[in-house]
Amino acid sequence: MRMLAAILATAIILPAAATAGPIEERQAIMKGNGRDTKLGGDMLKGATPFDATTANKILANYAAAAKAFPKHFPAGSNTGDTEAAPAIWSKPAEWNAATAKFQKDTAAAMAMKPTNAADFGKAFGMVTANCKSCHEGFRIKKG
Amino acid sequence: MRRLLAGLFGLILVGGVAAWAVTAPQPLPDDALAQGPGDATRGARIFWAGGCASCHAAKGAKGDDRLKLGGGAVLTTEFGDFQPPNISPGRDGLAGWTLAEFDNAMRRGVSPDGRHYYPAFPYTSYARMRPADIADLFAYLQSLPAVAGQPAAGKIAFPFNIRRGIGLWKRLYLDDAPVVALPAGAPQAVRDGQYLVEGPGHCSECHAPRDKFGGVDHARWLGGAPDPEGRGKVPNITPGKLRWSAAEIADYLKTGFTPEYDSVGGSMVEVQANMAQLTDADRAAIGAYLKAVPAVE
Repeated sequence: MRMLAAILATAIILPAAATAGPIEERQAIMKGNGRDTKLGGDMLKGATPFDATTANKILANYAAAAKAFPKHFPAGSNTGDTEAAPAIWSKPAEWNAATAKFQKDTAAAMAMKPTNAADFGKAFGMVTANCKSCHEGFRIKKG
Repeated sequence: MRRLLAGLFGLILVGGVAAWAVTAPQPLPDDALAQGPGDATRGARIFWAGGCASCHAAKGAKGDDRLKLGGGAVLTTEFGDFQPPNISPGRDGLAGWTLAEFDNAMRRGVSPDGRHYYPAFPYTSYARMRPADIADLFAYLQSLPAVAGQPAAGKIAFPFNIRRGIGLWKRLYLDDAPVVALPAGAPQAVRDGQYLVEGPGHCSECHAPRDKFGGVDHARWLGGAPDPEGRGKVPNITPGKLRWSAAEIADYLKTGFTPEYDSVGGSMVEVQANMAQLTDADRAAIGAYLKAVPAVE
């Protein structure tokens, strides 16, 4: 029975992992960021009550996302169903600086370990300032 | 034969005089000019609504550097490369300008020395601004730091490099009338939003398509367009496509986040930074107006 469950789990997880290319990988990371930002934003707006565990989980997710994200832009992944701007590949120094800042800010935010909404707001704001600064030059909206 | 030649010459002369006349810069009549002195504090609101810093401050400038208006990044378009000039109060900028000269630049696209400006400077929108706001904006610009130096001129392709031709273009496209005909009972917020969007905000300069002569297509007002800088797309922000509530639009302009928490990107990042400087009431008015404009599919 346990064997069957293991096979089922593998069967479900493996094909997805095997077929996902860099575009899908990086889009999945950004979708995750969007979900976390909605969770955090709703808490800060007061739409949902503040919960320290969730808040710290969001910040940890951001840090993990920032670490993984730059690995999914190999040469050749600039075409296809992607909103990644050509500048990612044509201006590597600027791109590397932007992803390094994202990593630094998310690590610092996680280390703040906020216990109240005000402190979480500071950490959250530090991270989410990266959204627009990076999307300004490195994302081309197609929709 | 001689009579024919004389006739031809006469025709060319008349044609030339007529062409010269129709392309002449048209300054504002004296009784329409903004009256000073304006109020610099009120002018700050117009400055941010008008997005002046986005083109006239250095590219990527942040914080107080956005108030140093020495001329910003070149605007690359299919008509040529336009260089925004220095509009700081220094001697390379607006020093010595009168309010009347500034008003003619803003609402008629005419320089103090009587030449046409290229409509990359969005005077086709600014033409709808109130004279009092022009005066306030002028006062505010005087209060900003002087910046030395004038950026090198842009590169404009023939025939667009003949400035006089812009006179003809203006006869087609320069009009200070409101674009959207609002119903008589439209709420004040919608009207306030109309002024901000159609006038100083100059949103349709990017959010509406242009015809082959570069005039904004009023039939597809705010209905989206190709990116003027040639990358991606500027979205349709009429109710035909944008499903956000007025409050969500206002919130996006304040925070840079969509209701789904996607973030602002591209050239809109600069615009949103400007809109974030406005009051909640002004952003709510913009949202109300965008919900009231005709839907473009």
